[in-house]
Amino acid sequence: MKSHWQILVVDDEEVMCESLATWLREDGYLVDTASSGRAAVEKSRQKDYAIYFVDLKMPGGMDGIETMMQVHRLHPQASVIIITAYATVDTAITAMKEGAQEYIVKPCNPEEISLLVDRIIKIKNLQRENTMLRKKLSRQYCVRDVISKNARMHEILELTREVSNLRSTVLIQGESGTGKELIARAIHFSGDRAARSFVVVSCAALAETLLESELFGHEKGSFTGASQQKQGKFEMADGGTIFLDEIGDISPKLQVDLLRVLQDRSFYRVGGSEEVRVDVRVIAATHVNLQQAVAEGKFRDDLFYRLNVIEIRIPPLRERREDIPLLVAHFVERLAHELGKPVTHVSEAGLRVLMDYNWPGNVRELENAVERAMVSCRGTNLTEEDFSFLAQNGQAGNTWTAPPEMTLQEMEKIMIMATLQRTGGNIKESAAILGIDRSTLYEKIKRYEIPR
Amino acid sequence: MKYLYVGAMGEAGREAAMAVRERVAVEFGASVRPVDLPAADFAYDAARRQYASILVLEMLMRACPEDALKLVAVTGRDLFIPVLSFVFGQAQLRGRVAVVSLARLRQEFYGLAPSREILLARAIKQALHETGHTFGLVHCAERSCAMALAASIRQIDSKQAAFCASCARRLRRYPREQS
Repeated sequence: MKSHWQILVVDDEEVMCESLATWLREDGYLVDTASSGRAAVEKSRQKDYAIYFVDLKMPGGMDGIETMMQVHRLHPQASVIIITAYATVDTAITAMKEGAQEYIVKPCNPEEISLLVDRIIKIKNLQRENTMLRKKLSRQYCVRDVISKNARMHEILELTREVSNLRSTVLIQGESGTGKELIARAIHFSGDRAARSFVVVSCAALAETLLESELFGHEKGSFTGASQQKQGKFEMADGGTIFLDEIGDISPKLQVDLLRVLQDRSFYRVGGSEEVRVDVRVIAATHVNLQQAVAEGKFRDDLFYRLNVIEIRIPPLRERREDIPLLVAHFVERLAHELGKPVTHVSEAGLRVLMDYNWPGNVRELENAVERAMVSCRGTNLTEEDFSFLAQNGQAGNTWTAPPEMTLQEMEKIMIMATLQRTGGNIKESAAILGIDRSTLYEKIKRYEIPR
Repeated sequence: MKYLYVGAMGEAGREAAMAVRERVAVEFGASVRPVDLPAADFAYDAARRQYASILVLEMLMRACPEDALKLVAVTGRDLFIPVLSFVFGQAQLRGRVAVVSLARLRQEFYGLAPSREILLARAIKQALHETGHTFGLVHCAERSCAMALAASIRQIDSKQAAFCASCARRLRRYPREQS
């Protein structure tokens, strides 16, 4: 698409400037003009132009070459084409030496100028595609982390594939470190939006006003410090996906604004009066229980229902312990390469420590623990000593003390409730874990009035 | 009721203007009317020995009848814009006026034997192209579409005197009442 690339034409002669701009606009480009070098540099601070056509001879103390050098300081990737009516080999050489991509003599042949712009845009498209593919490659590596033996995780991955080509909003719920962003990336990169942007916004990291400007962008001068127009994350994600992490933390005002974007797919920049329309898929994530937040009046119910079109709940690591050996092997392999350590295995005793630990920080904590152990490890095997720091924080081990004054029946009820929660209400799986028949489990659920 | 006016600037463009009128009536689905326009002599640039198309467009703006949806002019003069050595024509993007130059559409310009058929075929393609710009169409990537960029006579000849499906669709969506 040509319209993604913006061009600035710089010439002190208005007629020259406008005629080239008009010609390029007919070719489908977005074109602005500047009547001096200084005006061009000022405009380049506000917008990221892909190509600059700069007249060599301009009055006012800033000629074309000086303009080009200042633009390159701000935007090293920008392509500058120097235009001149005075063709001399010397100026051509100087312009190219100082970083001009091309050099044209006016009046120039329309075919020449058209081929020139086409060639530059082709290179820019390839560069952009290359950057995107590199990012995609590195992110596919992340998606591998999601691979799991756990039946519920397999259901989630299946759902991820099923919904990847839809535009429906997805709400991912799960504790910190369970891989909510990985699932969101998996949805984006396996769907038909994969070639477009995947933009991440951490809603908890910014104050309300900053978050508003971050999401919707702002116009120049809309508040102190807004020295230039800025695109918001929704605009940056146009055609792609926006991932709103920690959505449960946003203010009531932003909840209203978000609701409007989800309903109308349009919004206004901060301080702006022009409606901006976008085609963005929204994936939101939260570690807090949003349903409870709705019940407590902290989160708007209409926004919750808009977000919760497709719901994904990622189980915490302690509810899928069978994945621990798989994840550890993956982290060891990757970190050995990154850290330059010859570690290849984890000893049986070392793995037992990891299996018994509670993992409140989930997969992220596991990854950090493996990294910490590898940094201090001297051999090729990670042993239980390498993970001794886990025992020190008092959460390791499965030592358990019976709560005082609790009946056996109360204990049984708690056990059944916890197991059902862990299996997502799966009776067959829960019965197998508890070591009882399914019919016995049904009977106990009924007797203890356990909600399902 | 608004009309699409097509007129020749001087004697040289009369036959071509007539051929253009018939074709634009079909392609743009508008009622077409002829109009008398002055020759482009006023736009002559002695240094370039060509005619400034920007001045021509300005004159057309002034000459544009009130009931004109668009005004398309055909001239025999060789047109230029300051940054380019020549243009086959020029239009106001999403505007009301456009001009087509026959000077470089003639076989004689390239040292070949004159051909009335070739000249008229090229004039029609260029008129569809420039008029398309006034309806908001930009250059099309489909090489055979009338809206494909033509910076050389070869490129004009490889086009057809019709819009591709995508440009035709955009044309239908263009709000006529804006013009």
